[in-house]
Amino acid sequence: MPESSIFKTIFGRLTWESFPVHEPILLVTFLVVALLGIGIVAAVTKYRLWGWLWREWFTTVDHKKIGIMYIILGIIMLLRGFADALMMRAQQAVAFGASEGYLPPHHFDQVFTAHGTIMIFFVAIPLVSGIINFVMPLQIGARDVAFPFLNSLSLWLTVAGALLVMVSLFVGEFSTAGWLNYVPVANLQNSPGTGPDYYLWALQIAGLGTTLSAINMVTTIIKMRAPGMTMMKMPVFTWTALCSQVLAVAIFPALTGAFALLMLDRYIGTNFFTNDLGGNPMMYWNLVWIWGHPEVYVLVLPVFGIYSEITSTFTGKRLFGYSSMVYATVVITILSYLVWLHHFFTMGSGASVNSFFGIATMVISIPTGAKIFNWLFTMYRGSIRFELPMMWVVAFMLTFVVGGMTGVMLAIPPADFVLHNSLFLVAHFHNVIIGGVVFGLFAGMQYWFPKAFGFRLDDFWGKIAFWGWVIGYWVAWTPIYIVGLMGTTRRVNHFDDPTLQPWFVVAAIGAVIIGIGILGFVMQIAVSIKNRDKLRDVTGDPWDGRTLEWSTSSPPPAYNFAFTPRVHDLDAWYDMKQRGYRRPQGGYRPIHMPRNTGTGVILSGLALVLGFAMVWYIWWLAALAFVALIATAIGHTFNYNRDYFIPAGDVERQEGERDRLLPAEA
Amino acid sequence: MAQLEQAQAAVDPTFHLVEADDHDHETGGATLLGFWIYLMSDALIFAALFATFGVLSTSYAGGPSPREIFELPLVALNTAILLVSSITYGFAMLAMERGAVRTTQAWLAVTGLLGASFVGIELFEFGALIAEGATPQRSGFLSGFFTLVGTHGLHVTVGIIWIVVMLVQIGQRGLIPANKRRLLCLSMFWHFLDVVWIGVFSFVYLLGMLR
Repeated sequence: MPESSIFKTIFGRLTWESFPVHEPILLVTFLVVALLGIGIVAAVTKYRLWGWLWREWFTTVDHKKIGIMYIILGIIMLLRGFADALMMRAQQAVAFGASEGYLPPHHFDQVFTAHGTIMIFFVAIPLVSGIINFVMPLQIGARDVAFPFLNSLSLWLTVAGALLVMVSLFVGEFSTAGWLNYVPVANLQNSPGTGPDYYLWALQIAGLGTTLSAINMVTTIIKMRAPGMTMMKMPVFTWTALCSQVLAVAIFPALTGAFALLMLDRYIGTNFFTNDLGGNPMMYWNLVWIWGHPEVYVLVLPVFGIYSEITSTFTGKRLFGYSSMVYATVVITILSYLVWLHHFFTMGSGASVNSFFGIATMVISIPTGAKIFNWLFTMYRGSIRFELPMMWVVAFMLTFVVGGMTGVMLAIPPADFVLHNSLFLVAHFHNVIIGGVVFGLFAGMQYWFPKAFGFRLDDFWGKIAFWGWVIGYWVAWTPIYIVGLMGTTRRVNHFDDPTLQPWFVVAAIGAVIIGIGILGFVMQIAVSIKNRDKLRDVTGDPWDGRTLEWSTSSPPPAYNFAFTPRVHDLDAWYDMKQRGYRRPQGGYRPIHMPRNTGTGVILSGLALVLGFAMVWYIWWLAALAFVALIATAIGHTFNYNRDYFIPAGDVERQEGERDRLLPAEA
Repeated sequence: MAQLEQAQAAVDPTFHLVEADDHDHETGGATLLGFWIYLMSDALIFAALFATFGVLSTSYAGGPSPREIFELPLVALNTAILLVSSITYGFAMLAMERGAVRTTQAWLAVTGLLGASFVGIELFEFGALIAEGATPQRSGFLSGFFTLVGTHGLHVTVGIIWIVVMLVQIGQRGLIPANKRRLLCLSMFWHFLDVVWIGVFSFVYLLGMLR
């Protein structure tokens, strides 16, 4: 059959059957996504925005725009990940006894795998990266990050990874092996399809972006702080970003290594994680959890920083126990590296090993508890303004401590033997990730939105979003805690015991309430954009802030600061306001800035093609994409003309613009 | 009066720097630090590979053991070649400090050739092993061996490509600060690979022969 072999050479294992036209759910989803996509493309074309998008956004190396794009990516993927969550909640609410529900096991497995993968890698990480990218350089008084091109490349690699996951929805299938693509399920003999390959390529591409971004942020914080800002005068958010990104540099290699070995197993037949010929599946678990546990802290530490900034701003007080906050952050950073084995106490490593990891895990609750007390003591006798960001902080404290305590329960090895793989565990990590990370990200977005766009977010819809999330969280996850404690296991698409059904129905209602919260947030943004003139803030400092990002205009000019600030105290902007700071009215100088480049977009596009070709065994295309990738990367190094000067006149014009808008008494 | 105060604020540098016209970002230090951090993350990939090899180092699955397949004299020769290439890179850096473009290029070329012979000998070794039936698929031990040693070899290959690129760029623009900065990064990369190789030689080959 020469014809079919030619077909195979050109298309690899991609055939007509790879397109799930027989699956109504996927077909409808595809139509909706396709219509939305066509609509957006048509609108952009109609209003002739392609050139603007390419020049101002896709090729930008401005850390503020890159941060905003990270956040847009995170919000879009949140909608996808939440759709998966609704599907699971609906299935588990109806699939009892004779009813099989509407999701067959193979599809259900893909849904929970995609949900976890997307929520961590393409929602939480981009949102955290986005906020760090936007805020941190402003907080340290810098004009950009240390490696602006690398920053653009990191963003677009993350986008390429997210696109590859989205492609798997409509071409072939996604992994069924859980959000960390566990072996032995993900081994070639058990999953011969494209699922694990999509997973591996998407995450390797995105993971490379995250690693490069982390290296960039650490270098920026160490090398580019404004004069006078010693380490112990750094804003807490910058401190937590530093620790989080140092941790990311330390852990992502382990994940890259583990995924690379699994790729070798799947592509060339090595025996790392196989069950025969000397392979060892538990080694995969060890390697991915050496990444996996610290990753929780990569996400939550910057969010702790957000809470700290907001608490201190909205109580009008200096943060209580600044240095203890810093030390607690550093201690958590170190300890988080020493606890990975608590994810599989049941591996059978013996009492002493399990005790060590159990105790190390419990010890983390001490610095974390110290942080909670620091926030409480900051609020104590402060004049608290319950604006939206502060409301999220309070909701976080009430929700997160419960998750922390169930975490300590799970850290006790004998208890874990009972609770391992139960829904109690699932409820625990959703408690800390929603109650900790997600609430904090919303707090941060509410807090810094006026800085990014120059107008505040609408209060009414913000409160809908807030109460939807908070009430929805508790309604959705309390029943899951309860059934989990009773022994219900996770990742199940059908239950025999009908007495469990009411709990799952309540959980599904909770998910719908969270859905109202998400809709509220989307509405909040839409309404705020519509009413932006009414919500306008011309001062650049709408919350009476304390750190340097509030000293410049909103949105900040491309160069951030007309003059590099000089720092004398922690809470540098508060210090400046106290001492009667006046903005300089002249003497502007040309400002040295990095030039835009499209190389990041091109490299990431090629990486996407490479990933897709490898997933489908289209070897010629993979080879082509790989060679093009290397050639483009080398070609980029021949470009020495990477910067330019903003003329002093431009700076003067922009600063003058701001002077006109500022209230007269300043 | 207010005007005067404002004019005062413009020159009073309490809260900001007054930057000179020719103020330029000195990013050299940042690049070196960033590259160093990258190397540490690369070191952690090697750490993961070493740990994997450690776990699988006796998983022969009925296949060959290290003593049966390793050619220690050949590996010793290869080790010597790589160590010498570190010295020649050092000479290239000394020439760079003096600003001697030709000498720098010459020593870089020597380094690249030594690197190429290292990779060549390694490929020869791999070829011989595969011909004997000691393939990466044969056992966990061999999977770990080929991946750890092969990843190092891949890094050396990248280093050689980088040397070629630098030879061209120095040829085009001479030893300008940007090129010097790149040579410093490449220098760290090259010596780093040497250090990793010392780990491979002792941990994989020497320890393997003792088993």
